[in-house]
Amino acid sequence: MPSTREIRRRIRSVKNLAQITRAMEMVSASKMRRAQRNVLATRPYAERMLDVMGELMSRAVTRRGTLLEVREPVRAVALVFITPDRGLAGSLVTNVLRRGSRFLLEERQRGRAIETLAIGKKARDFLVRTGQPMTGEVSKLGDQPRLVDILGIGSILRDGFLAGRFDEAHVVYSQFVNTLVQRAVIKRILPVEAPADPTGSSFDYTYEPDRDDVLRELLPRFVEVQLYQALLESIASEHSARMVAMRNATDNAKELQRDLTLSYNKTRQANITKEVSEIASGAAALAE
Amino acid sequence: MPFHLEIVTAERVVLSDDVDQINVPTKDGRIGILPRHMPLLTILDVGELDIIKNGTTSAYVVTGGFMEVLPTRVTILADAANRDDEIDQSRAEEARRRAEAILAQRRSDQEMALAEAELRRALIELKLVSLRNLKGRNQ
Repeated sequence: MPSTREIRRRIRSVKNLAQITRAMEMVSASKMRRAQRNVLATRPYAERMLDVMGELMSRAVTRRGTLLEVREPVRAVALVFITPDRGLAGSLVTNVLRRGSRFLLEERQRGRAIETLAIGKKARDFLVRTGQPMTGEVSKLGDQPRLVDILGIGSILRDGFLAGRFDEAHVVYSQFVNTLVQRAVIKRILPVEAPADPTGSSFDYTYEPDRDDVLRELLPRFVEVQLYQALLESIASEHSARMVAMRNATDNAKELQRDLTLSYNKTRQANITKEVSEIASGAAALAE
Repeated sequence: MPFHLEIVTAERVVLSDDVDQINVPTKDGRIGILPRHMPLLTILDVGELDIIKNGTTSAYVVTGGFMEVLPTRVTILADAANRDDEIDQSRAEEARRRAEAILAQRRSDQEMALAEAELRRALIELKLVSLRNLKGRNQ
């Protein structure tokens, strides 16, 4: 049976732990709010771009040799893993990695060649550990990455696709649904799936230099902004998942603290009882 | 009669305002946009963007992107970063090199990761055992 002093020491250490997890929870909460704002800030650009693309695609455009080219059969695919750099975010990293490796397995079973890229340390470590062919890596981007940070990856995807090294590119990341729900999803980013404007052109635009030129300039940026948005969503997911994980950890620490306190009181009580009975029996022995 | 100008980048909305005239650098040369301009979609060049409002001119620098002109509304989808194929290539090269370097180191890293996982599991088991001991005594 541990001494009361030992239990007291453990109560103190659990208390410290709870304080730390509580602080981490609050840090994550504020980072999460900022990350959510960043996600929202990219929406206007992406939406305007979709509008313009829809308008461009409402009439015939050249697809061959551009990022729009759909190839059959698909012989090789690239997959970009986006994860945080750090753990302690519940099952978030595991979910993304599991979703991604299931995809890779399925693609391999279909006889397709695989190429992977990593954004974030956890993704990189996973790809290294499982021996996947990795053709690009970027990590330690912090909580507020700039668009330039992912241009290298974007460029690898673009070149690889146009050179025919792979026929499709996908990205797996944690989609931010709300504070409690983040979903690991796979999204195809190449070939670009352009929304055709169903209403047709409402304005009769003049294109300078011409329609195909505008589209050719637009497509790489569209790929980049999709990658960028996925990264921002992943960051928002990371912080909310960490916040929830830390809240659970704090709750668990509190419960542990209650258990230890109970244990402490019982031990203390037992000691007192023992001492009293010793004194009583000592007194009884003397009285005889 | 002013028109509405919106400048957005992939990172944020830079400007949203009613203005009287803008002078924009496009791939085909500098053009001025006044209200009720015909619908136009064009590619921007690197250069200075003049915004004229109530007679005062303010200058912005654009590093490329697109401009969509409608009679009462102009949207500029500006590049957040200076686009340069060479710079892009070197960034790609860097990302590629890092991947290769990491893969080359793979063995030692893999061992490290395995050892780390092992250690973590051991720690968790230890914690579980001590927790169980403690709870057992309470009952």
